[in-house]
Amino acid sequence: MATEPLRALLAGAFPDASEVDVEDRTGTGDHFQVTVASSRFNGLSLVQQHRLVYEALAGPLADGTIHELRIRTKEAT
Amino acid sequence: MSELSENIKQVIEGEDVALFMKGTPQMVMCGNSLRALEALRRAGAPVTAVDILPDPAIRAELSALSGWPTIPQVFVGGELIGGADIVEELEQTGELERKLEGALGEGYRDGRDEKTVSLL
Repeated sequence: MATEPLRALLAGAFPDASEVDVEDRTGTGDHFQVTVASSRFNGLSLVQQHRLVYEALAGPLADGTIHELRIRTKEAT
Repeated sequence: MSELSENIKQVIEGEDVALFMKGTPQMVMCGNSLRALEALRRAGAPVTAVDILPDPAIRAELSALSGWPTIPQVFVGGELIGGADIVEELEQTGELERKLEGALGEGYRDGRDEKTVSLL
């Protein structure tokens, strides 16, 4: 999978995001590092923040398109 | 609830620090499991490791219980702390040691060894 569809899913789930970055870590289209900065994370624990990212990417996670996902979340300031 | 699911729950609730991982601390089979294990070791956590690879049902039942889709998964005092990214981040900020102290007491580093338990 290319990075663009993942970026679109994240941008849809975090419309206010000041940063949405998707990096293909291995160049093989299945190991990704995503970074999202959004006010939706404000006041949430890291577990809750990562859950929101997992929810946004539930489709490609469930069908095996994403083999490995690294997540970095940032609260909006 | 299945017997396997009960066993998983028992580990989560009964062990101070439970790490569900691919492989064992002696033979780690995944880079992310290694990242989580090493962060826990740096914080001096008394890790109880569970290898999820022997049966795909372990991972399925674990994720159904925790609502967390990926491996590794780390629990402290019965509470889901997160996967490799969160555990690394918490270790870097010192928050992991504070969580361990809060859940297990100040002497959590003393006299407790890393161990591995089998669910099967």
